[in-house]
Amino acid sequence: MPIEQFSMEMVNFATLAPMLVLVLGGMFILIIDLFQKLDRGFYVTVTMMTLALALGLLLFYGVQGHGFFDVMLVDGIALASQMIIIGASLLFIPLAMTGVRFMEFKFAEFYALFLFMVAGFAFMVSSDNLIMIFIGLETGSLALYTLIAMHRRDKSLEAAIKYFTMGGAAAALFAFGAMLLYAATGSVEIRTIEEVLVSSGFANLPLVLAGSAFLLAGLGFKLSVVPFHTWTPDVYEGASAPLAGYMSIVPKIAAFVVLLRLFDFLVQSPDGIIYWLLWIAAVATMTIGNILALVQDGVKRMLAYSSVSHAGFVLTAVVMGTTQAHTGIFLYWALFLFTNLGAFAMLWISRHPSKVWDIRYDHPYKKFAGMVHISPVGAVVMAVFMLSLAGIPPFALFWGKLYLISAAVNSGHLVLALIMLANSAIAVYYYLKLIIYMFLHDPEENDNTVYYQNGTVPLKIVLGVAAVAVSLSFLAIDPMLNLFGDLVAASGF
Amino acid sequence: MDYILSFLIFFPLVAALLGLLVTRESIRTYALTVTGVQFLVSLLLWLNFDAANPGMQFVQQIPVVESLGISYFVGVDGFSLWLVILSTFMTLIAVMGLSETRNLKNLIAAILVLETTMVGVFVALDAILFYLFWEFSLVPMLYIIGAWGSGRRIYAAVKFFIYTFAGSLLLLLGMLFMAWFYYQSTGMWSFSILDWHLLQLPFNLQLWLFVAMGIGFAVKVPMFPFHTWLPYAHGMAPTVGSVLLAAVLLKMGTYGFVRFSLPMFPDASVYFMIPIGIIAVIMVIYTAMVAFAQKDIKQVIAYSSISHMGVIVLGTFALNAEGIAGSVFFMLSHGIISGALFMLVGMLYDRRHTKLMSEFGGVAKTMPIYAGIFLFMVMASAGLPLTMGFIGEFLSLLGYYKVSPIMALLAGTSIVLGAIYLLHLFRQTFYGPITVEANKSLRDLMPKEIVALVPLIAVVVWLGVYPKPVLGSIDTSAKNLVNLMYTKAVLPESREKLYDLNTYELQGVR
Repeated sequence: MPIEQFSMEMVNFATLAPMLVLVLGGMFILIIDLFQKLDRGFYVTVTMMTLALALGLLLFYGVQGHGFFDVMLVDGIALASQMIIIGASLLFIPLAMTGVRFMEFKFAEFYALFLFMVAGFAFMVSSDNLIMIFIGLETGSLALYTLIAMHRRDKSLEAAIKYFTMGGAAAALFAFGAMLLYAATGSVEIRTIEEVLVSSGFANLPLVLAGSAFLLAGLGFKLSVVPFHTWTPDVYEGASAPLAGYMSIVPKIAAFVVLLRLFDFLVQSPDGIIYWLLWIAAVATMTIGNILALVQDGVKRMLAYSSVSHAGFVLTAVVMGTTQAHTGIFLYWALFLFTNLGAFAMLWISRHPSKVWDIRYDHPYKKFAGMVHISPVGAVVMAVFMLSLAGIPPFALFWGKLYLISAAVNSGHLVLALIMLANSAIAVYYYLKLIIYMFLHDPEENDNTVYYQNGTVPLKIVLGVAAVAVSLSFLAIDPMLNLFGDLVAASGF
Repeated sequence: MDYILSFLIFFPLVAALLGLLVTRESIRTYALTVTGVQFLVSLLLWLNFDAANPGMQFVQQIPVVESLGISYFVGVDGFSLWLVILSTFMTLIAVMGLSETRNLKNLIAAILVLETTMVGVFVALDAILFYLFWEFSLVPMLYIIGAWGSGRRIYAAVKFFIYTFAGSLLLLLGMLFMAWFYYQSTGMWSFSILDWHLLQLPFNLQLWLFVAMGIGFAVKVPMFPFHTWLPYAHGMAPTVGSVLLAAVLLKMGTYGFVRFSLPMFPDASVYFMIPIGIIAVIMVIYTAMVAFAQKDIKQVIAYSSISHMGVIVLGTFALNAEGIAGSVFFMLSHGIISGALFMLVGMLYDRRHTKLMSEFGGVAKTMPIYAGIFLFMVMASAGLPLTMGFIGEFLSLLGYYKVSPIMALLAGTSIVLGAIYLLHLFRQTFYGPITVEANKSLRDLMPKEIVALVPLIAVVVWLGVYPKPVLGSIDTSAKNLVNLMYTKAVLPESREKLYDLNTYELQGVR
């Protein structure tokens, strides 16, 4: 580009501001660590302030459109997903203030990497340039692999390596898919690809189909879409509980946004192959995730498979392709954020440094037997999260399910609606299983200190926020629908 | 008076939460106070209720999700008023007769939450609100059966939960489809049941929606062949669970038919009148026979419950004012009588820790008062004239007699069959020589137990002799309902049919 055409408007720093804040915050933590060893309380506070500042800037600038030489695109869905990403991060980071001292939270690098990861995913959702998306994806993912490994148990290393290997393969598939689309259309910008494809009536169809398949596979790894879900339970099990909960939310919403940008028009491919591909992927993901969750003995693995199933449930929204369905993605995920992070935080708070319930699992079902007799409030809070995940009204995810099934009915996908309902019926069993252990079984031993070894005030505050949000979500449905509905409709999805 | 329904819904819930502050020793008194106040307030509702007004009263509406037309919308008419009072009354009685001592605080909290959901279901005028209470009622019941039950309590609780949950998902699908159709025809989103009542639906759509919602209701009633969860749940549930399950929770299903299926899908209701009648007759006869074959006293009552619910369904699908009013009245009488019977069985179980008929015999000698009350309730349950059980059963059968005399006669065997298995039960348990040593020293009813049972006897006699105070407002609403069905029906033949069944009430309409 000749220098005289350059103007500050083309840079449009407003599109970059939140990510810049995140990166600068991370660098600040790294630099200050060189001079003085600081307490984790300091790092947690600085991280939260950085996140809050980023969120503030995000809301202040609002929808910006294109920026930074057309590489960035802060449209409605970018804004909505960044809100979810930063919101989840804000809820996640106080979970580092555990009662038991874990190694990873002592290191400044943990917090810096965490902020870099958030910035990476924020970049990933705010661009319609496939190369930029790829860079954001990799920045976020690489930081995440390290965060998992920092938990310093054998299983964590195993999980990190497994996730890294799988993630590497996914990145390769994504890059290859992007290349094929570039070959077919001559552009890496999603809007240009769309224009070319629509105006030419999907010329070079085989190339486009191959590209779509590779892109779906690449994003499918991140979303743990069946059959690319096999890493999920092992990685979640190896990672620390809150990080597992975080992984089930943030990378997935980022991947959903990219999927939405790409497949919103790709599903219109003339012979319907991509439509049915997505249809089958969504149905297989929710059904197989559910069935596998039924037979788990560890609560953490059950939650891992359940989050596979929830991703499949939301994937149907991309199949339906209506504005209502797309709004449903964000509504569902915002509600899922509180529920799932809350459930994983409950596992975290009940993490016991020495007591072993089961050789194989950290959190077998029987660990929670008779919890209502030992710590009734904890049992009720966990039950609220389980009921929400199962979609029992009036808890949060009921509204998400209601909205998505309603979108399915409204867009004429009656079979899909029936499958979604059938899956809700299957899913209720394994969530109920935990409630049954907590409320209906007698405790294995009556030791008052079993569940709250790891509990501190910050952890309990996070749990309280999540539990209240899940229980009173019906008050927030309308504002959320208006907000997300406007944002989604404004960006043309 | 405007907020009285909201008070009735949320008072037990708030009380359940505040109950955590009450100590174990005073929790019983606390529960009695709360359920007592709740019952008195529901009587206040009755006092202020205008029996001549067929519409909804004490209406309150607050939008919740405006973009989807979901609101907090409550109100009562002649049907729901009595079901609300039944809920508060039976909860009070169940708490009075409570003999459980394990983990009492949690049990009381569960009962109070259950009361919230029961009242909520009957007063909700928004479909999603209705579904919310309908679904959430499963949770406290799961806890009650699973934690205080006996035998394979956890299996029974899970079966109860999964069965009804799966059924109600179809109900939810039906509701979403209905809302969508409402949006298509009016351009507005609404989940208000009253709005839906005004919408005319094409016949084919009515059929599908009727089936989808009907299955959800049928599982709850429970209608043959979806009834298998009920005997199991009753068998394992503690007394208080059985009382509330039989007295109130089952009525949610039949209430669903009256509130949703009939007014929303009049043509489909006419279409399915005979098939559902056949199912109801099968329910009546088949489960009566099964009841006769039971060895466990509680199972006899559980199966007799299903048998009587068959008559209620039959009365509802007579689609005339007598039948509908009769079936709603029968819901009340069955609630009180079966609740009383389950309580009586529970009292025997407390003394002997068994419910098998073979373990008893000659109990009338050691427990005369108990035997007397048991006999009275057994007779009421079998439909003895001048008891509450007779009126509802008679009106329901009379209503269906206009549809099909033969089927009404077949269902009428419920009175004969009921007398057979209930008197068989009574003879086995109370008469004959005392064969088991432990029965010789059984203690007769304690004052506490008598206090819990006397109000039930009083109501059964009072409404058996003079049902008008209750039947009057039910009848007003029933006439209103058939008029609505008649004006809304889209097919001429269903209008014709409704007219034939209702010559008296519909005069002047044609």
